[in-house]
Amino acid sequence: MKFFEYNGKKIFEKEKIAILEGYLANSPEEAKEITSKMDKSVVLKSQVLVGGRGKAGGIKFADTPDEAFKKSIELFGMEIKGETVEHLLIEEKADIKNEFFISVTVDRNNKKPVIMASSEGGVDIENLAISSPEKLIKYHPNPLDEFLPYEAREIARKMQVPNELISKLGTIIWKLFNIFNKYDATTAEINPLILTDEGLIAADAKLEVENDSLFRHKDLVKMNNYKEKELDFVKLDGNIAVIGNGAGLTLTGMDMIKLNGGKPATFLDIGGGSSQDTIEKALNMVLDYEPVKVIFLNVLGGITRADDVAKGVIDVLNKTPKKVNIVIRLTGTNEKEGQELLEKAGIPFDISMEKAAKKAVEICKSLE
Amino acid sequence: MILLDEDTKCLVQGITGNQGSFHTLEMLKYNTNIVAGVTPGKGGQSLESVTIFNSIEEAKENTDVNASIIFVPSPFGKDAAFESIKYLDLVIIITEHIPVHDSMEIVEYAKKHNTTVIGPNTPGIISPGVGKLGIMPTHIFKEGNVGVISRSGTLTYEVASQLTMNDIGQSTCVGIGGDPVIGTNYPNILQMFEDDNDTDAIVLIGEIGGNAEEMAAEYIKDNISKPVVSYIAGMTAPPGKRMGHAGAIIQGNSGTAQSKINALSDVGVKTAKMPSEIVKLIKDSL
Repeated sequence: MKFFEYNGKKIFEKEKIAILEGYLANSPEEAKEITSKMDKSVVLKSQVLVGGRGKAGGIKFADTPDEAFKKSIELFGMEIKGETVEHLLIEEKADIKNEFFISVTVDRNNKKPVIMASSEGGVDIENLAISSPEKLIKYHPNPLDEFLPYEAREIARKMQVPNELISKLGTIIWKLFNIFNKYDATTAEINPLILTDEGLIAADAKLEVENDSLFRHKDLVKMNNYKEKELDFVKLDGNIAVIGNGAGLTLTGMDMIKLNGGKPATFLDIGGGSSQDTIEKALNMVLDYEPVKVIFLNVLGGITRADDVAKGVIDVLNKTPKKVNIVIRLTGTNEKEGQELLEKAGIPFDISMEKAAKKAVEICKSLE
Repeated sequence: MILLDEDTKCLVQGITGNQGSFHTLEMLKYNTNIVAGVTPGKGGQSLESVTIFNSIEEAKENTDVNASIIFVPSPFGKDAAFESIKYLDLVIIITEHIPVHDSMEIVEYAKKHNTTVIGPNTPGIISPGVGKLGIMPTHIFKEGNVGVISRSGTLTYEVASQLTMNDIGQSTCVGIGGDPVIGTNYPNILQMFEDDNDTDAIVLIGEIGGNAEEMAAEYIKDNISKPVVSYIAGMTAPPGKRMGHAGAIIQGNSGTAQSKINALSDVGVKTAKMPSEIVKLIKDSL
């Protein structure tokens, strides 16, 4: 679950990391009013969940309420990497003396959290890691031990900041790591962390809490108005809907479509242990997805039972008024029962995934 | 065979739950050596021939158990895993959706106790003919000399059933799990197969996300003399989208299928374009 910047900053503020004065605007009129009340130069920041909004033109500056009004008209409704801007964070424009980068994520290979920090803030950190890796300090706290302030100060020292900043910067690193832990984050990042006459301030906030941990963070789900997806459904740019049981098999189904010259329209994983009900939901989801011309349902039952799958398919096909082009691969647990059900209903099926994928592509091409 | 052999004596944590009880019976049907079950507060009950204890310490006092398979719901996964890591040698965590912060602690705790953890989010292990500690359907496996390692459950079934249909049996099939942080990665399992007299060739099944397959390739180069063939799923996956498994996501240029295929082919591992091709690659290598 990703946080909008303004919500991430609410968490930062709660955990005593300094942020800039700022307010949320839902319309150009509100942007004008806020700027007028703040009575200073402001930054208009598009609130989206994707990165790179600055480069995409999603951040603008304004010195007067009228300028804020005009420029926010350009920002509201703007598309940034597929997301529409609906809110702006209006923040005071800071007088920046210096910028830093600090981030905490999960290091898959080391199986530990990793703190990454650099004195070169504001930049694209992936590029920095390649161009000057010595400027990116990395530290892996032990997941079983308490992370102590001295460890954070040591990171600050290695960032080669002036002596008077070591303790202050260390404290922020220490707080950010505690946010990462307390909120079960997969990413907690400040880029840039700015130095002004008031001290160190988080000018941005990137926070992502792991979905598998949301059961212990009900308050955050509410704060973000977040709705958990029932099924793993990813929309792609093709026209053959790929449904499978299990992530690896569904991915393979997509690859087989491509290998035969087709284009997948969906990745829809109904999970390793899916029931008749899940199959019906999945089929209805792709039936409602406009670009889909052919459905490729690829099931090799483990815990999933082939007869449950067959019942779900028959039920959906009986109910829908649409003409459905569907190619079914059905094997695995209870395959005999499942295949018999499909035969009785007059629905053809395959037992080979590769043959079925080929057939789905052929049908799709014949429709063009 | 590796990990699961005649000396493995396993208990089931969460044996009285829906999944736990169903799969315990399935494992027993496959003649797996299940010597105990653990559910706090249900000590003294039993499931068929299996006695249930209140804790692992109690099970250990009464049996010669050395392994555990965990079916408890994800919020309780860490607690269950710590308990078994402390007392046993092998812990298989079937549970899906364990928070990654818990997994990092589990892995570190296992390191401290020198316990092998497989998973979380794994279909488990099967040594055909000996037993299974997992949730896989058994009829698609058969005894033989090919070792299988995979991050994905149903894709493992696909590959195993192709092998079995073509009369190629398996020594052991290991699901290492689909999560970003898992107890045991490819290199450890590859080494076990290298050292195993029953295994003559290895199938490595990978998928997009992370760089575990690249690291496996690096390991194979210097340490594995037995033939390895592979299949990598997700050639068509777009970047930035999580594809089913929490670990299956391409971030920037990292984690693509092509990068993994290149790394493997650089060290002489042939990659199948589709699962059925694995059969041919294995036949050629044996």
